[in-house]
Amino acid sequence: MTVPVTIRIQDADFDIAAEIAAMSKGRTDIGAVVSFSGICRGAEGDDAVAALTLEHYPGMAEDEIGRHAAEAVKRWPVTALTIVHRVGRMLPGDNIVLVLAASSHRQAAFAAAEFLMDYLKANAPFWKREERADGTRWVEAHDRDDAAAARWSKD
Amino acid sequence: MKVKYFAWVRERIGLDEETIEPPAEVATVSDLIGWLSARGEGYAFAFEKPGVIRTALDRTHVRPDTPIAGAREVAFFPPMTGG
Repeated sequence: MTVPVTIRIQDADFDIAAEIAAMSKGRTDIGAVVSFSGICRGAEGDDAVAALTLEHYPGMAEDEIGRHAAEAVKRWPVTALTIVHRVGRMLPGDNIVLVLAASSHRQAAFAAAEFLMDYLKANAPFWKREERADGTRWVEAHDRDDAAAARWSKD
Repeated sequence: MKVKYFAWVRERIGLDEETIEPPAEVATVSDLIGWLSARGEGYAFAFEKPGVIRTALDRTHVRPDTPIAGAREVAFFPPMTGG
């Protein structure tokens, strides 16, 4: 059976419960759903962050996420995947990203969700700009995100 | 070829995309960065640390030594910070 994969990039917010319900509707083979949601923080260290604006590369972002979703399906016995990434301006507490991984058993769902998030952070073409009291600045990439993504290619 | 710029690369150059026709001796991604850097202050500022810049050819990540021949769309951007 083909594993259903839903990928969306959108300005609008998402509802985690509704996304899980849509993924599981009519299915009796799903025994586990792992959900990860990334949320806009209100502070970076001691600095308050007033808002976050996300920019992406339309077309390439969908392709990159699709490629990694296909890779997750190959690596683990997942039965459904949903990835929703928001773009535009977000306020502290707002949702940014959602990854849902479903499987018959929890191990594959946990692994696939973590794999997808690690690759999203390091490889998917999205960029964050923070608004603070002293102006705006582009968020710098972290070496730890590259390291997290790289560990999946060490077999 | 079409060139696209994202995030602070876009802001420094002041364009989100343009069509360019580099000369034949501009063979690789590195060559193209060098050629673009000579086009003006904004370009020079955007590419001042070429090692930081990420490149995609036809929407696939590539390395600086990758040949650009045949590519229809080249994109330059900072390291990604999604998720």
